[in-house]
Amino acid sequence: MSDKEVKNLEEIFEARIARDEKIEPKDWMPEKYRKTHIRQMSQHAHSEIVGMLPEGNWISRAPSLRRKVALLAKVQDEAGHGLYLYSACETLGISREELYDQLHSGKAKYSSIFNYPTVTWADMGAIGWLVDGAAIINQVPLCSTSYGPYARAMIRVCKEESFHQRQGFEIMLKLSQGTQEQKDMAQDALNRWWWPSLMMLGPTDAESVHTEQSMKWKLKRKSNDELRQQFIDQTVPQADLLGLTIPDPDLKFNEETGHYDFGEIDWEEFWQVVKGHGPCNKKRMKDRVGAWERGAWVRDAAMAYADKKEARAKKRKTA
Amino acid sequence: MSKKNWPLWEVFVRSKNGLEHRHCGSLHAADAEMAMSNARDVYTRRSEGVSIWVVESSNILASNPENNGEMFEPAADKVYRHPTFYDLPDEVKHM
Repeated sequence: MSDKEVKNLEEIFEARIARDEKIEPKDWMPEKYRKTHIRQMSQHAHSEIVGMLPEGNWISRAPSLRRKVALLAKVQDEAGHGLYLYSACETLGISREELYDQLHSGKAKYSSIFNYPTVTWADMGAIGWLVDGAAIINQVPLCSTSYGPYARAMIRVCKEESFHQRQGFEIMLKLSQGTQEQKDMAQDALNRWWWPSLMMLGPTDAESVHTEQSMKWKLKRKSNDELRQQFIDQTVPQADLLGLTIPDPDLKFNEETGHYDFGEIDWEEFWQVVKGHGPCNKKRMKDRVGAWERGAWVRDAAMAYADKKEARAKKRKTA
Repeated sequence: MSKKNWPLWEVFVRSKNGLEHRHCGSLHAADAEMAMSNARDVYTRRSEGVSIWVVESSNILASNPENNGEMFEPAADKVYRHPTFYDLPDEVKHM
């Protein structure tokens, strides 16, 4: 194809998206569209998969059967979300194997928030409430993104995600109505998860390199700073309800703007964690790669069994 | 490292009797039986279905959007296939 022809196709393509038409796997698409989607969708899938690890830590130690079944169901949902997203990503012509390789070799990123440790039960509450809360704000606009398989996967994800946040808030609520020790535990979890949750919504607009292109392709509907403000505005009253204090002395409602003003985010910390120097980066990757490697014989055995069964069936037919 | 990767399967779910099976996504599994039990866990955790079909993706022949012109456009100028093409007086009822 000549450059001119490609340019022409690109214009038709951009016009389709501008008209809110969906792009489906076999449609022509610019290479950059394909690559950007593989990057974002796989990052998203990896985050769901790695996101199971910090919570898996508490399944066997949940304080009651009610909490345990809820946490199990949540972690199972995350596995499911990872699977929806991986298979949506594969429609762009990359194999599951390659996607896993990218995660395991460290070539692909996942959400940095999962590189923080879960040290008390209250962390299960704070993660559901804040981390899933921030994730929902990020994800809801993706239900109408331009790439059909991604949009469809996100609709399923969002439908299921709301229980995650509610169960987290309920944990925080119970703790904050409990003994002084339980209240302290809830406050401590909020203290540790607040700032990383704000960072989850991505670098400030001035630093965000992909925003403009992503807006055009409807991979993004609002800027990182707008989403962050939305998250803060909706979360502060919830913290008040819990009787907990958000660890930001500069947090204050601004009558003029109708929004909360907030303090400086430590972006140095954010970039350190992204670059692999967070408290749990190494552990998460070790656990993930270990689980994958330890499961290899199971995958091979299942395949060998399937092949043998098929060969036997064929033999019976010809006999 | 695995010797051979599990193939890809497409999953179709009937949400309730009376409705058709609809494509809801895909997954990897070693064989049809495993595809079925994985489909149950991945796509019907919240009573989304009463029946599941799984089909190995390589068995599906999909039309190519590049040929959409010759595939689908011929239908566009055959308006006589639609009831509104036929002029009938208003007095005609039940037709």
